Amino acid sequence: MTKVVDRSPLNFYERTYLPALVEGFKVTARHFVRSVKGENTATDLGDGYYPEVPWRVEGGYRGAPYLVRDQEGATKCVSCQLCEFICPPKAIKITPPGPEAGPADRPNAEKMPREFEINMLRCIFCGLCQEVCPEEAIFLQQHYSLSGLSREEMIYNKEKLLKLGGVHAGIQKWKHKLEEAKEQESFPVNVG
Amino acid sequence: MSNAPTTAPAPTAPPPVEKIRIKVDGREIDVPKMMPDWQGKLVPTTMLQACQIAAQEVPHYCYHPKLPIAGNCRMCLVEFGTPVMDPATKKPVVNEDGSPKIARSVLPYEPGTPRGAIACATPISPGMEIYPSSPATKQMREAVLESLLINHPLDCPICDQAGECKLQEYSVQHGQAASRFVEPKVHKPKAVDLGPRIVLDDERCVLCTRCIRFTRDVAGDDALGIVNRGSYNTISAAPGKQFDNNYTLNTVDICPVGALTSKDFRFKMRVWFLKETKSVCTSCSTGCNITIGSRENVIHRYEPRDNDAVNASWMCDAGRLNYTWVGRADRLQEVRVRGERSTWPVALAQITEHLRQAAEGSVAIIASARQTTEELYLLRRLAVRLGAITDAVEREGEADRLLVSADRNPNSQGARLTGIAYTEIGISIPTIADGIRAGRIRTLVVFGEDVTKVGIDAALLAKVETLIVSDILPNATTAAAHYLLPGCAHAEKRGTFINGKGRVQKFMKAVEPRGDARPEWEFLAEVAKALGTADGFTTIEGLFNRMASEVPALAGVEWSKLGDTGVTVPV
Repeated sequence: MTKVVDRSPLNFYERTYLPALVEGFKVTARHFVRSVKGENTATDLGDGYYPEVPWRVEGGYRGAPYLVRDQEGATKCVSCQLCEFICPPKAIKITPPGPEAGPADRPNAEKMPREFEINMLRCIFCGLCQEVCPEEAIFLQQHYSLSGLSREEMIYNKEKLLKLGGVHAGIQKWKHKLEEAKEQESFPVNVG
Repeated sequence: MSNAPTTAPAPTAPPPVEKIRIKVDGREIDVPKMMPDWQGKLVPTTMLQACQIAAQEVPHYCYHPKLPIAGNCRMCLVEFGTPVMDPATKKPVVNEDGSPKIARSVLPYEPGTPRGAIACATPISPGMEIYPSSPATKQMREAVLESLLINHPLDCPICDQAGECKLQEYSVQHGQAASRFVEPKVHKPKAVDLGPRIVLDDERCVLCTRCIRFTRDVAGDDALGIVNRGSYNTISAAPGKQFDNNYTLNTVDICPVGALTSKDFRFKMRVWFLKETKSVCTSCSTGCNITIGSRENVIHRYEPRDNDAVNASWMCDAGRLNYTWVGRADRLQEVRVRGERSTWPVALAQITEHLRQAAEGSVAIIASARQTTEELYLLRRLAVRLGAITDAVEREGEADRLLVSADRNPNSQGARLTGIAYTEIGISIPTIADGIRAGRIRTLVVFGEDVTKVGIDAALLAKVETLIVSDILPNATTAAAHYLLPGCAHAEKRGTFINGKGRVQKFMKAVEPRGDARPEWEFLAEVAKALGTADGFTTIEGLFNRMASEVPALAGVEWSKLGDTGVTVPV
């Protein structure tokens, strides 16, 4: 059965929109007075509302992807470019070292990116870069509020990504390989 | 290479090929009894070749069709069976249903266990059955791969071969998911400097000896060998020697793993990003077929492309590394009219008008044998219309016994066949110089050459009233040009070259032209059309087919018939 809703036309007084305006200003004025007194809705609720109180995210949250360093402060990324390949929105751009670049800052790994850029405006936080990384060098972290004043500012470079990423103390496989190789330099080989 | 015209050998009917009937995975197939080996000599067909004919891939590392067979990697092991013969009557034994009885190969001391044979070195015999996908074959492959991977470092993330590595591919297709090996791996030298262009990682090597056989038997420089014993086997250059012949980088291509890597391409780009474009090397008149690897308009490498009529599977290091000029920062990118920046319509209209009014015989054209045949043809059409004298510039170097030609122009034959130059290229340049000196030649058109290096010096160029130049990189001639038209490298356009032996080969566009540059054939076709000496061509196919119908040597050749490996014409 159809229910007919009564939509009576506005009268002259309502059509001036003054009553709505006045009602709105009342709300604004109430908030103004309260904040002058140092009170707000966030403080009323204890934990509070965003943005007065930043949102606490859970452990599995997929925020912005950042590069990490190992426990010795070395870049973990070896510029294998798998994340660049897998990235669905093509947000990652890596400049490989090429033949001229100097040694990587980790012995034995030979290679690290000359430049590593993530366009955070393109990133869809899918986590495939973290999934595909064979070096545990990139992780989606807890940051969700990314802002900047220009598009260029939203392209995070290697330096910025490493600074934001922090340290991930994982297995240092290249170091381990190097130590294993060094042990074999003396004969008989230590096969303990 | 001699400049005398040669004729192609008269086609003779091939002798009938003797065939053998065998079975591959239960499917009957007739394969030739003899097939060409790496030198083209007929030898008995192997099981690997028979499987390839039957479209059954047999994985292999050490086998390469253009190298002698070594049979050391064991990856191509397959199970097979042969017909049983009655020792008394020498007749094949038949089953109850009348089919021949097949004895599967087994270990002599353990008849229940299948015994494989390496497919690359075992000839086929009549009635043989090959089982490239039987459970026993699969087990053998798995075992071989497992043993090859025992000491492999698995550093794929930093290995340049990743993405085109046979060890990766076969591990996925035939290997096991996890390693059972718990002992420490044997470590070998990494990043060994083997020569000026090669880096060796001994840990990644599977000791297939392809590189050793290539440099010994193809390049003729016995520079590499295996040293040390057992699991310490390593590839090494002869003591105190550098691995530095002109063909070293071919070993990087044929290395099935990442042991040999190119210093030039090292850590430059992961191979799966590279767009592969079929092209032709421009460094000499051999015209080796190449694949250009580029990404986002940057050329990263050249690799040889198989063409048995030209370069087999190889190319020289000098030609391979001669690509950086395409991406040089000082490439000509602007149309310039008397030193001022201009646009194509303005410059071409002025050039057309000038050439229309030029007196017969007052124009000379110096083309380049580095240009495509189509461009040379259009320049020839212009020369016919203007009554102009034409020539190209000769480039001579030293030839070698394998691929490098003495003629360093990629398209000398194109210049000859289109009529731009005589058999001896550059013979008319002194005549042109005299004409300028005498004031007879008042307009000079130069394409892709620096004429100040071939006898028309800056003072003489200054006497030319109108100098029209198209080039790719700046030089003394472009600096003096009244009309400067930026052109394209071969990687930036399509076209054909005709190599020293008359092979017409097309090449494709890999990267975009720089700045305002346009393919020369496009604007030449516009000028030629405006002067009424050629149709307006909008496609290279149409232009090539028209050229082929007008140039006698190219009679019957069409763009669509060129294919990837070209067509030989009599020169």
